[in-house]
Amino acid sequence: MKTVSSITLVLVAAALLFHAAPAAAQKSAECLACHADASMQDAAGHSITVDESKFHSSIHGSLECANCHATIKSYPHPDKVTPVKCDTCHADEAAGLASSVHSASADHPCTSCHGDAHSIFPKTDARSAVYPLNVPRTCGNCHSNEGMAQKHGLASVYPSYIDSIHGFALSKEGLLVAANCQSCHGSHKILSQKNPLSATYKTNIPNTCGTCHAGISANYAGGVHGKAVAAGKLAAPVCSDCHTAHAILQPTESAFRTQSTPICGSCHKEKFSTYRDTFHSQLGALGGYVETARCWDCHGAHDVLPASDPRSPIAPANLVKTCGRCHVGANESFVQYQPHANAHNRKLNPALYFIRLFMNLLLGSVLTFFMIHTILWLIRSRYDQVKRKSAEGEKNA
Amino acid sequence: MPDLEQEASETLHHGGKGRFFMRFTREQRALHAVLFTTFLGLAATGLPMRFSQSFWARRFASAVGGFGSIIFFHKLFAVALTLAFLVHLKAILQRGIVNREKGIFWGSTSMVANWKDVKDLVGHLRWMVGLGPKPQFERYAYWEKFDYWAVFWGMIVIGFSGYAMWFAPFFARFLPGWALNAVLVIHSEEGLLAILFIFSIHFVNTHLRPDSFPMDMVVFTGVESEEEFKHKRTQEYERLAREGKLEARVADAPAVWFTNFSKVVGFIAIFIGLTLLVLTLSAYFI
Repeated sequence: MKTVSSITLVLVAAALLFHAAPAAAQKSAECLACHADASMQDAAGHSITVDESKFHSSIHGSLECANCHATIKSYPHPDKVTPVKCDTCHADEAAGLASSVHSASADHPCTSCHGDAHSIFPKTDARSAVYPLNVPRTCGNCHSNEGMAQKHGLASVYPSYIDSIHGFALSKEGLLVAANCQSCHGSHKILSQKNPLSATYKTNIPNTCGTCHAGISANYAGGVHGKAVAAGKLAAPVCSDCHTAHAILQPTESAFRTQSTPICGSCHKEKFSTYRDTFHSQLGALGGYVETARCWDCHGAHDVLPASDPRSPIAPANLVKTCGRCHVGANESFVQYQPHANAHNRKLNPALYFIRLFMNLLLGSVLTFFMIHTILWLIRSRYDQVKRKSAEGEKNA
Repeated sequence: MPDLEQEASETLHHGGKGRFFMRFTREQRALHAVLFTTFLGLAATGLPMRFSQSFWARRFASAVGGFGSIIFFHKLFAVALTLAFLVHLKAILQRGIVNREKGIFWGSTSMVANWKDVKDLVGHLRWMVGLGPKPQFERYAYWEKFDYWAVFWGMIVIGFSGYAMWFAPFFARFLPGWALNAVLVIHSEEGLLAILFIFSIHFVNTHLRPDSFPMDMVVFTGVESEEEFKHKRTQEYERLAREGKLEARVADAPAVWFTNFSKVVGFIAIFIGLTLLVLTLSAYFI
């Protein structure tokens, strides 16, 4: 094409806004004369076909080829063409991406998430790769393979997510409001969880989850953990420490009930150890019966408060009610039971300490005495038996 | 003894091995059978709770249907054993108090310990280390009495503490709060003592020692040979001979099928017991 009408020129200029109009842009129809051919391939064997109808229905359908492929000005064009610069129009997104964990653009071109450049749809369109219901699969293209773990030290999160309560709501129920990857991580400006600006940085997680779980987020903020985190004590747990980040389970599910007590125990070591000595733990550890009291059944889950706080479920005045949730008929005497008694601590639990000591001594003395008794008896009996047999043997001989 | 065979004849006995003598009644053997069955069941379902963090506890619990079914079977065996204990208690009181039977609460045929038991224990230990002659035992030797009273006391202690946990809110009406903590310690320690004692010391003393190896069948068949009777309980044998009551104790030889059946049951019980013993010890050392 040698001549271009001045009208076309003006239109292209308007469409590209800030971009200097190519001196000799081509009409899309002319490009499609070749690129509509479904068998068209480049030297490396990649398809360079453009489906015209699909392209026209896409969000960029009103643009001319040259609007994006701005360096191609004439035909024939060189075999190698400059990659399209999306940031010409999408400057904010490009800036966000540049500061994100995906900034190495060679590995993460826009198309790696948005799909084929010629069939990009708005994120509200079910055909879009970034439509809420499609986001996990799109991110999962990379974040579901073991290579990610080796290359970046990142766990393969897609399988955990898709089996989680969020993943289930999204993939099975098709809930648009179910959290997908970008609900927590953002889209273009995804930052490492180590970055204080990241939505997944420890202190920001309660707010991030609170975007949807507003009620629980408020409860959490009033509890000891929420206050500690707000005061900068990063050892205190946020949502993801107990619920995990991706494999989030329904808290009433038996798997969650069995896995989460050790999570509390990873900080509350002493309390966890004494809990393990009780029937609550012994029952719970065996599975198949998950109703037994776990930490939060007594202490509360989000708004954990010390026993000294009258609002706490373990405040002395509330114990009959709290224990009574499982133990029908619990009374004042019943709730004197100590769910964290330590039979090895003479000062805290003197009665229990001496009872344990007595039982241990009883066990030790009975077993030791009879062990010696039995061993001596065995040796002597065997000695007599052998002597008797050899005597009989001599008699026979 | 109502069901002792009054008539006996050498010709009745299998293989002409000599005479057999009655030692345990049918009721006593049944009691032992119920006792060891429920005890194995209680041990098998109790140990996973006691050692809930061990590698086998969860696996075993899952195999039988998780904690829910473990506790169900534990309670089921507990109720069965409690009933057996009450039946035994009633039988003893009936014989000793109502029927005024002699030798239940005192004397050479009683389970109650006496001065001879102390002398026997010392004498037996002296014999073991070669310092004296072997003592001659009466109907129940001192270690058999110990076994009996250990189980008797154990059932009261374990039973009471177990029911206190089962019906905790009820027991809390008259027990202080700390008692609810104590009953678990008592229950599990006493249970552990019973398990370790029965599966190591009782097994060896009664069944696995050279004189009885591999198993003393008398608790299954109720009868033992004259030679064994004379050898193991010399004083009782001599007393009966002296009093002319020996003939009254002569019994039929056990049926071959019953002996074989008892051996199978007994070996299974010993095998389960020893397995549980190994698992218990593994919880401490692995």
